[in-house]
Amino acid sequence: MSASSTKSMTIGESGLSLTFAVTAFLCVFAAAKALDTAFAFHASLAAAASAASVFFILNRYFERGELPPQEINGRPNYNLGPIKFSSFMAMFWGIAGFAVGLIIASQLAWPALNFDLPWTSFGRLRPLHTSAVIFAFGGNVLLATSFYVVQRTSRVRLAGDLAPWFVVVGYNFFILIAGTGYLLGVTEGKEYAEPEWYSDLWLTIVWVVYLLVFLTTVIKRKEPHIFVANWFYLAFIVTIAVLHLGNNPALPVSFFGSKSYVAWGGVQDAMFQWWYGHNAVGFFLTAGFLAIMYYFIPKRAERPIYSYRLSIIHFWALIFLYIWAGPHHLHYTALPDWTQTLGMTFSIMLWMPSWGGMINGLMTLSGAWDKLRTDPVLRMLVVSVAFYGMSTFEGPMMSIKVVNSLSHYTDWTIGHVHSGALGWVGFVSFGALYCLVPWIWNRKGLYSLKLVNWHFWTATLGIVLYISAMWVSGILQGLMWRSYTALGFLEYSFIETVEAMHPFYIIRAAGGALFLIGSLIMAYNLWMTVRVGEEEVQSPVALQPAE
Amino acid sequence: MSFWQRHQVFEKNSIILIVGILLAIAVGGLVEITPLFYLKSTIEAVDGVRPYTPLELAGRNIYVREGCYLCHSQMIRPLRDEVERYGHFSLAAESMYDHPFQWGSKRTGPDLARVGNKYSDDWHVTHLSNPRAIVPQSIMPGYPFLKETELNGDNVADHLKTLRAVGVPYTDDQIANAAADLKAQVDPDGNGAEALTKRYPKAVVRNFDGKAGAPTEMDALVAYLQMLGTLVDFKIYNEKANLR
Repeated sequence: MSASSTKSMTIGESGLSLTFAVTAFLCVFAAAKALDTAFAFHASLAAAASAASVFFILNRYFERGELPPQEINGRPNYNLGPIKFSSFMAMFWGIAGFAVGLIIASQLAWPALNFDLPWTSFGRLRPLHTSAVIFAFGGNVLLATSFYVVQRTSRVRLAGDLAPWFVVVGYNFFILIAGTGYLLGVTEGKEYAEPEWYSDLWLTIVWVVYLLVFLTTVIKRKEPHIFVANWFYLAFIVTIAVLHLGNNPALPVSFFGSKSYVAWGGVQDAMFQWWYGHNAVGFFLTAGFLAIMYYFIPKRAERPIYSYRLSIIHFWALIFLYIWAGPHHLHYTALPDWTQTLGMTFSIMLWMPSWGGMINGLMTLSGAWDKLRTDPVLRMLVVSVAFYGMSTFEGPMMSIKVVNSLSHYTDWTIGHVHSGALGWVGFVSFGALYCLVPWIWNRKGLYSLKLVNWHFWTATLGIVLYISAMWVSGILQGLMWRSYTALGFLEYSFIETVEAMHPFYIIRAAGGALFLIGSLIMAYNLWMTVRVGEEEVQSPVALQPAE
Repeated sequence: MSFWQRHQVFEKNSIILIVGILLAIAVGGLVEITPLFYLKSTIEAVDGVRPYTPLELAGRNIYVREGCYLCHSQMIRPLRDEVERYGHFSLAAESMYDHPFQWGSKRTGPDLARVGNKYSDDWHVTHLSNPRAIVPQSIMPGYPFLKETELNGDNVADHLKTLRAVGVPYTDDQIANAAADLKAQVDPDGNGAEALTKRYPKAVVRNFDGKAGAPTEMDALVAYLQMLGTLVDFKIYNEKANLR
């Protein structure tokens, strides 16, 4: 260990290690005082993680020389370590989330798979599935790509030294706490916002640091303009913060227990929930991934974005209109009629900016359409945009009140969500990771394009099976519920409509299995790319990966 | 200066861009959410609606914990088939003390907004333990562990206090007697039953799970299910007073 005499601890290193040391003690204390075992478990996990953080920060300090420079030979010294970590975690959580999805899909076809145990029953695994795919898989893809894109398009190194690591590791720790909590029955009981008060608080801290890292990098950019993808990333980060804070204010029963009661109740809680829930779709699963579209498709197709003006209109119209759409989840409920109508109206209007964005993405391929034949990665990206177009047409249609009276509460909604989630978010993420992994690990290309092709077709077939099964079962069930006999009696008992779903639940599970197999092929391909891929010789910019 | 050039102010200043984003996303939420705290139809109390008894509340927390809301809605829409299948459409007031609301978004199983008093306690206990014992085609998970698990009622008064802090009108009397009320609701022969029903009108006192001794989680969950939708008497309910 040869620490040079000029080396001193940065404020970040000393401050963070001190904070984590104090946190470790507080968590041990909380674990000792805990009212329930889940809280004790989480407090112990947090104590262990804090202690480990202190160790890693101090260890890095003793091992390191000077801090990595901002530039090397006049070129930005991009920070790739946190991006590698997030990419890896994205793949890990993706497979975990798809696998849990397959399990719960099978439980609906064969209920014996619930095993009559608390931690394996559908009600606890379903939030695990949704959070693992949306927040863990999708979230890590967004972290990885946003940190990459903001550096490249600003032509500066990512702001902060430990901060980016704090964001990516802290975010994944949030996922761990939330996910294990679901299995132990710790939930706020609000869809897609299930994590309890202490996970929510931790996420708030991580998210503020994320915003600061991203924003500071944008502020110190070497380019006069902020690239369009970064507008979308910023809108995603800022709005998710607002939604998270708006939907989740809760009062814990005890500061040493996991249970809390949310501040909102009844109608107000319902409206807050779907204002949050629909915009988690709008800003997490749409704005964030549109940023990916705006960077990775032009990059991969080697063509400029189709229309700069369309991207401006797309951006402002999308973020303004999306926020209004929440009430379409509450049609015909006790929410006032005018709110429902507003939600429906804006949902229909939303069709326009959505398709504007789709056109901007697809038309970027002008003059490069032939690449779809030769490059399966680009094909994946383009098909994702096509799925985006399809589900953003279906969404406005389902928000029309008469359509909704049939589709609501049925599997049609589940099918709609998955055409967006598997087709759009899944494929655009896969495409981005296929691009990103060779770039950040400095490889000439992917291990095998043939395997990408296999992944593409297995996953596509899986999606088709999934969504068509859900369309049929959803519409069938909706029609059966409202079916009358000639004498004016309800024709079917509820359980008859459940029975009718059985074949479609099997087809759906088969579709999910294909999608999971595709992701396993991908994981193998990416693993081999990093392990045995040929190194890129004349790296254009990233001369020395920082970590 | 053209429109497109004017837009450069957003493209060149990150802070202005963020302010622009915040303004754009603020409008919709403010217009749709704020009035709900003032409108008569969303804050009006309806006769009969009362906060949950400690046992019902504990049962509700089990309902939330097990994720029942992921397959069962508690919101009957004013559509002909739903009203005939499930009963009177749900009123805003009926979930006014629900933190969080449990309207749900999916009916893998039937709506439960008015399931109270529809089936016997025995039916519920058997069905929750092994749904296929009663409905062979059911795809619901079994919850046999509920009747084996003693209800943790240690800090039930703190739960009531917390709910009062977020707006549920529990009285000092209700909070002071919370722990006693929790036990009293499963003990129809005990001394506490009468005081409980005075504090919580229409509360049903029964040994829900049929087992002697301390209340189990099954007691709590069944007590909750059996009161769902039973508080408002629709024979005397005045629709006009609650026009939406």
